[in-house]
Amino acid sequence: MTTTTTGSPPPATARPSGLSTGGASGVHENVACPFCGILCDDLEIGRTASGLKIRKNGCDRAVAGFERPVVASSPQVAGREVSLAEAVTEAARLVRAARLPLFGGLGTDVEGMRAVMSAAEHAGGVVDHAFSEGQYRNFEVLQTAGWFMSTLTETRNRADLIVIVGSDIHKLHPRFFERIVATPEPMFLMAGKKRTVVFIGAGLDTSAATGGHIGEVISLPCPTAAVGEVVSALRARLKGVPLAAKEIAGIAIANIDDLADRCRKADYGVMVWAPPSLAFPAADLTVRIVSDLVKDLNLTTRFAGLSLGGNEGAVSAGAVSTWQSGFPLRVSYASGKPDYDPVRFAADRLIARRETDLVLWVASFTPDLMPPESDIPTVLLGVPGMTLAVQPAVYIPVGTPGADHAGRLIRCDNVVSLPLTNLGRSTLPSVATVLAAIEHAL
Amino acid sequence: MLIKLSGGTVYDPANGINGEARDIFIRDGRIVKPGDNERVDQEYPLKGYVVMAGAIDPHTHIGGGKVTIGRMMLTEDHIGQEVARGELTRAGCGHAVPSTLTAGYRYAEMGYTACFEPAMLPANARQAHMEMGDTPMVDKGAFVMLGSDDFLLRAMTQKKGSEFINDYIGWTMHAAQALAVKVVNPGGISAFKFNQRKLDLDEKHVHYELTPRDILITLARGLREIGVTHPLHVHGCNLGVPGNDETTLATIRAMEGLPVHLTHVQFHSYGTEGDMKFSSGAPRVAELVNKNKNVSMDVGQIMFGQTCTASGDSMRQYGNTKSAYPKKWVVMDIECDAGCGVVPMKYKDKSFVNALQWAIGLELFMMVDDPWRLFLTTDHPNGGPFTTYPHLIRLLMDRGFRNDMLQKIHPGAQAATILGSLKREYSLYEIAIMTRAGPAKSLGLKDRGHLGVGASADITVYDDVADREAMFQKPGLVFKNGELIVKNGVIVKVVQGATHVARPEYDRAIEKPLREYFDRYHTVRMDNLRVGDHEIIQSDKGSIIQQPTRARVRAA
Repeated sequence: MTTTTTGSPPPATARPSGLSTGGASGVHENVACPFCGILCDDLEIGRTASGLKIRKNGCDRAVAGFERPVVASSPQVAGREVSLAEAVTEAARLVRAARLPLFGGLGTDVEGMRAVMSAAEHAGGVVDHAFSEGQYRNFEVLQTAGWFMSTLTETRNRADLIVIVGSDIHKLHPRFFERIVATPEPMFLMAGKKRTVVFIGAGLDTSAATGGHIGEVISLPCPTAAVGEVVSALRARLKGVPLAAKEIAGIAIANIDDLADRCRKADYGVMVWAPPSLAFPAADLTVRIVSDLVKDLNLTTRFAGLSLGGNEGAVSAGAVSTWQSGFPLRVSYASGKPDYDPVRFAADRLIARRETDLVLWVASFTPDLMPPESDIPTVLLGVPGMTLAVQPAVYIPVGTPGADHAGRLIRCDNVVSLPLTNLGRSTLPSVATVLAAIEHAL
Repeated sequence: MLIKLSGGTVYDPANGINGEARDIFIRDGRIVKPGDNERVDQEYPLKGYVVMAGAIDPHTHIGGGKVTIGRMMLTEDHIGQEVARGELTRAGCGHAVPSTLTAGYRYAEMGYTACFEPAMLPANARQAHMEMGDTPMVDKGAFVMLGSDDFLLRAMTQKKGSEFINDYIGWTMHAAQALAVKVVNPGGISAFKFNQRKLDLDEKHVHYELTPRDILITLARGLREIGVTHPLHVHGCNLGVPGNDETTLATIRAMEGLPVHLTHVQFHSYGTEGDMKFSSGAPRVAELVNKNKNVSMDVGQIMFGQTCTASGDSMRQYGNTKSAYPKKWVVMDIECDAGCGVVPMKYKDKSFVNALQWAIGLELFMMVDDPWRLFLTTDHPNGGPFTTYPHLIRLLMDRGFRNDMLQKIHPGAQAATILGSLKREYSLYEIAIMTRAGPAKSLGLKDRGHLGVGASADITVYDDVADREAMFQKPGLVFKNGELIVKNGVIVKVVQGATHVARPEYDRAIEKPLREYFDRYHTVRMDNLRVGDHEIIQSDKGSIIQQPTRARVRAA
């Protein structure tokens, strides 16, 4: 084999998978943040005596995630402190004995999710992510009609009209506006062109829609559960359908017509939603209308959707499940084959109906990802300090990808994935390591 | 341990062996020439069996975001195709867009030992490698897509010069862990983002004022200058558009003798004659390919039945959405980098258009003379799933069978094709060229695709039965790196293949403007775009094989 002459291989080649030292200064640059689905990767993180400290480009979520003190924590069986090996043995015994183990939560990275799939297959279990209900608002549309979508960088550089649909994005993705909407220098917004930002829904935080190339900011306040009616009316008006009503969900038809006009005239419009925000019945139909409206607009101009969400590793879980099994979560391996049923194999339902007899819950990013309360025996692979209402049968503290060990995550737009750095916060094992050990002991 | 495959009928075109009884010796994963008195530890008597190198698929969409979108969207196509976990193998599913694991197993079961993903976006490279990492049994590699990425188009418009652009090409190949470079609808994916709906070879991109011709020449010349073995892999303008045979002819002429690989040419060989304004351009395209030795191609044969098309060509895939079956589709604009379109299709033999597409593909196979420049593909899954290859091989080798199939298609299509008059029947030697030696040579895989001493012992052994479909469906033995992995079409050992890459020389100074560009415009830092070796080796439990490149040629 010949090797390169002057073009040396990228430094990444030499980067070990183990501890990244952060160089002489102990400061890590270009760190990707795993604590929400947009995976900002421009953080600068240093150390203090008590742990990690974000020096640049943090947000509330990043601070809570990276700077969370790592409390001393030991594996437990029925509340009793045991060695990791004992906990693994007991977890394997419970999984082996279970009729239908549920692999739930699934707050983990790609490697962790690979281990989940392998173990679930081996154990004849079900896999489902804690945030599937939100993701299925999208999957239902993808599977019935499809859509026309954009990604974060494309939207940042190209959109002259951004319509936020019923989603309080700040709460889920604190830096979305800073990084995507209010950017100083979009590549294709030239010659004094401005970006219009429209919020559909009452009570949405519009404060960050300012600066950069942002021109007009328009709010169409309606109850969140009624955004579907508003976008339906918008779609109808775009298609030239007359409407008898003077207002829809409190919004004057004239304002809807104005938005329709802006949509038609946009060079590149983007409809943005965060599935977890659309927490009302049949919200997939709202996503469907938005997607269909985007398709209609593409007959004449350019338009796209942009779906956010994907916190707690949800997008990675959906993607890995899909490429390995063919199905986006809610898969059972009870028969040996992947058996797909998005209703039957929903984790909440299996727990509520007691159709599962063992919950193996994975939560490696935040202590907030709690399993639904139940007295079904639970094996918890969680970050240190998680307290369940009912004591888990087995608790194994695990590290967080991107803080305690290296890893990889897929971003909310389902295109970009980021490497997560080992910042050396603790020596807790990864979900992948623990699950591989459990599977080995099955 | 010394293994002997004795007396098989060997087809090894790279070494000029055409159906001769030969012994092959394997040690430590390689084909060797043992000393006279060396003891053979294990012998496979193969008299009467056909022996070839493991097959290589040089263009198959097996990994990356668009394939997973297809898997997620087309779950109904998986129903009834689920595969249970076995003693050795993992569960999965598969027909048109199989799960990664199942794809790896099925390729190996058919005697394939290497597969190449042809459309890896730099922005999606990490995921493409993760999916390939979950594709067991076979070696893999990927072609990175350039040509609608804003960094390149800006550099061309700003006349940065060939050294700058060549450094960028080299950097991108390293960063994405690529073996080759592909261009898809040159400039067209970007133009579509500016609401252009078509971009002909000499039509200007509204924003950059570049033409596809400019982009093709820049990339093809760049790859030659930085010494990458596989020439520019071209998915041309106007895919699927009647009249695109003219575009294809013009594209060949535009290359001015530069090495080029035209991919899925079937989709680019459509004329406008006849009542339906849809006709075969295959004879004209084949004639010009025959005359231009700088051109190689693969066919992208369509096969009847349900499949799912997945392409980086967002512009043309959007155009094809009206033919979607079932009626759903995904198109995406991606990261100031590229795009994609995923459109399910059901090709029907009773449809005039589909039937003629089928015939056009076969006409190309029949009329392109040199199998060293013609590779067997269905552009999986775009023309049909790769599992149809054995059927396709029989169509090529058995004229009677081909003509029987021809009788079944739409009568209008029968009347519009000269296929029935074409007498060619491929030999096993030619099949071995098209599915082994040719792709290996073109991709620059120096120790794959042949059975000479020193080659990797990727070997497939077939029963020599008259029904070539049955023969290629289920090989008797498949060896990967000298290990028996498949016996009588059943997996007996699961292995993890290597990832093939090429690392042409580039000047690290390119990182200064690149880093600035990423910091200013992107949502990913330049350093995080790169896929590290450790990701493939440790996280994906794989290995990397760096294939040779030629020394870089610099402008005087």
